[in-house]
Amino acid sequence: MNFDFSQDEKMIRDQVSKFLDQQSDTKVMRSAVDGDTRYSADVWKGLVDMGLTGTAIPAAYGGVGVGYPALCLIAEQLGAHLTPTPFSSSVYLATEAIIGFGTEAQKETWLPKLANGEIIGTIAIVETVEEVTETSIQASITGDTLTGRKLIVPDGGIADFAVVIAKSPGTMANSSLSLCIADLQHESVTRTPIETIDPSKNSTTIDFQQTPIEILGDQVDGWSAVRRIYDRAAILFAFEQIGGAQSALDMAVEYAKERFAFGRPIGSFQGLKHMMADMYVALKLAESNCYYAAWALATESEELPLAAATARVSATQAFQLCSRDNIQVHGGMGFTWEFDCHLYYRRSNYLTLQLGGLATWEDKLVSSLPDAA
Amino acid sequence: MDFSDTKEEAVFRTEVKNWIGKEAPTYLFKSLSASGFGSTRTGEYDPFEEAKKWQKKKADAGWACIQWPKEFGGRGAGPMDGVIWSQEEGIYSKLSGTFIIGQGMCAPTMMAYATPEQNQRYIPKIASGEEVWCQLFSEPASGSDLAGLKTRAEKDGDEWVINGQKIWTSGAHISDYGILITRTDSEVPKHRGLTMFFLDMKSAGVDIRPIKQANGDSGFNEVYFDNVRIPDAQRLGEVGGGWQVSLTTLMNERLAIGGSIATGFPEIKALVDDLTIAGGRAIDNPAVRSKLADWYAKSAGLKNTSARALTALSKGEVPGPENSIGKLVAGGMMQDIAKFGLDLQGLGGAIVDPAIADGAARLQAMLLRSPAVRIEGGTDQILRNIIAERVLGLPEELRVDKGIAFNKIPSSNS
Ligand SMILES: Cc1cc2nc3c(=O)[nH]c(=O)nc-3n(C[C@H](O)[C@H](O)[C@H](O)COP(=O)(O)OP(=O)(O)OC[C@H]3O[C@@H](n4cnc5c(N)ncnc54)[C@H](O)[C@@H]3O)c2cc1C
Repeated sequence: MNFDFSQDEKMIRDQVSKFLDQQSDTKVMRSAVDGDTRYSADVWKGLVDMGLTGTAIPAAYGGVGVGYPALCLIAEQLGAHLTPTPFSSSVYLATEAIIGFGTEAQKETWLPKLANGEIIGTIAIVETVEEVTETSIQASITGDTLTGRKLIVPDGGIADFAVVIAKSPGTMANSSLSLCIADLQHESVTRTPIETIDPSKNSTTIDFQQTPIEILGDQVDGWSAVRRIYDRAAILFAFEQIGGAQSALDMAVEYAKERFAFGRPIGSFQGLKHMMADMYVALKLAESNCYYAAWALATESEELPLAAATARVSATQAFQLCSRDNIQVHGGMGFTWEFDCHLYYRRSNYLTLQLGGLATWEDKLVSSLPDAA
Repeated sequence: MDFSDTKEEAVFRTEVKNWIGKEAPTYLFKSLSASGFGSTRTGEYDPFEEAKKWQKKKADAGWACIQWPKEFGGRGAGPMDGVIWSQEEGIYSKLSGTFIIGQGMCAPTMMAYATPEQNQRYIPKIASGEEVWCQLFSEPASGSDLAGLKTRAEKDGDEWVINGQKIWTSGAHISDYGILITRTDSEVPKHRGLTMFFLDMKSAGVDIRPIKQANGDSGFNEVYFDNVRIPDAQRLGEVGGGWQVSLTTLMNERLAIGGSIATGFPEIKALVDDLTIAGGRAIDNPAVRSKLADWYAKSAGLKNTSARALTALSKGEVPGPENSIGKLVAGGMMQDIAKFGLDLQGLGGAIVDPAIADGAARLQAMLLRSPAVRIEGGTDQILRNIIAERVLGLPEELRVDKGIAFNKIPSSNS
């Protein structure tokens, strides 16, 4: 057994961290939240130039192919810096959908362009303000076109194409849902920015009106494919969450050492100390579960669904707790627009919902437990 | 990153499996399986006798305390082999509770501070379970504030004379030896006036009185010292250096308790798998699923955290205070799990008779024993202080006793 990342993987992490320290302090997310931009083109370009978009894409398709553990550590850094780029949508979701389910021809067409950052992808699932189910999807495919509305698509404002789930009556033996690839630049597509708790996620409503599409893969059951894509992406999102949790905790600890009240640093009050100790504990548990999940992802382990749900549940808890109590440690300052506390709070709560909320993942976790646990 | 056994590890595991398959006390398997946290069951057999028998058998074949050096009764094995051993020992490790203090805390302290001759004499018998040890630290007026202890040691020739009282001493009534922390100087600040010894629990003047615990058992004791004489040769560390020595013990205590800690998850999972509530299976109820997911995530988090600590250990890194989280998480979790499990059963959940209660009353035993986990070996509050100060680097609490001579510090009794 060896429960640690390799030296090479850690080196990649350190490079990303150095780049983001210079390029992506929270000012970048702040300008998104302030409404000046919806994402950072500069940071995105930097990530592309470093080859990070091709991290898990096999070399045969133009990627670097260094594997998933490295991608996990990159995700952790992006989360720590609250980086407002379409990285998660394009790399953990759209790219993975094509790697996992695309035909050979589709891989050859799309993956090299995703690897070199020429195009950006996202995934379009949600249609209503209810948690999605297999029977709730209304968007539908007729022949080679797609019609329907996706209510909230993360990074929909910048993506060039989307992997969309839609009904496809009659085409499939065991499911009526398929995945398709839709060009978002097409004239039949209308994109409307939608305000959310985290503006830096660049969310849009997307209307498809007889939009030309290609079906993803060959006879792919759309619903179970999304579940599989989500299971894998949940691990990468969990790494973003622990990255964010660590930053929020660090911010709280720093402030508590410097701010004085009643003639002493507020960090010497036990009420705050114990709160921060609990933040640390939640983070440690989540971090260790993420490590395990990284291994499951890298080895295509049978335990992946359980490991993913476990990492996701504890990382969600950790980031929510750390971002919430970071505000508390800061007192009134914590509730100002000017301080960064709300940026972590916004991001943590958006990330919680992005692949289906906590209850969804708790349910998945329990469904994945072996019978005699 | 790799969770599979290496080739050497796989060979070792097979060797362990074979030995345990042949030698384990299989006649206890059923009772031990029905044992839970706070209720070690051995059926018609005496638990202490069975524990000693299994320990001795392991020791004779070289399977006791396998990470200790060979000359001390161990096997010189690495930390990974230690984990493999305990995974394979499985349910039979429930017999070893009696020895945790001696093997997990007293022996490492002795190895760090006793003479080679003393270690030669005592450590192998701790490994084999032939001699049981206890830890005489806490006193009526000083538990969390351990350095505020009052038991006096006064030098008389080549001996020390001990007077005072210890309390909450687990297993003192079945112990052969103990490590004892005393005050040798009241004129200096409290941490500087302490000295550590080990002593024979049969020494004249030692009076052991069992205390009945809240859960009805009697695992801990009051221990009185009335002019008990200890040779100076049994001093551990410097005169006045007892605090340093105690830190060795306490650090190992957290490792010993934190490493293989029970969380209650298997017990609650077993309950909700079978139980019916409101006409449906309990495990299909969303409220139950939510709790279950939270507890699973926590117990997996602890398991994976100790796997990380082990990896660090096997690379030669020293385990730090972050290991305090094990007991902190598990204690409260067991209390919550027991309470929730009983609640699902309604009034019937109040029954403690193992013949009637679900799961041989393991959750009921857990309910009554788990409050102690949050107290023994550092309370939840003390552990949070440690994490806050030593891991996160937050400022120390205000301490009104700082730098003051021990005999000038205000206390509950003065
Ligand atoms: C089952 C069991 C077995 C034990 N076995 C042994 C043993 O074998 N040997 C041994 O030496 N001892 C043993 N102990 C004793 C144990 O270590 C002490 O009980 C423990 O350290 C707490 O000390 P105390 O009981 O004096 O409580 P106190 O220290 O009086 O604590 C009372 C309350 O005050 C809180 N408190 C105290 N100081 C602070 C602070 N600075 N900040 C915030 N809160 C604080 C505590 O958290 C607690 O809630 C055992 C205890 C139990 C329950």
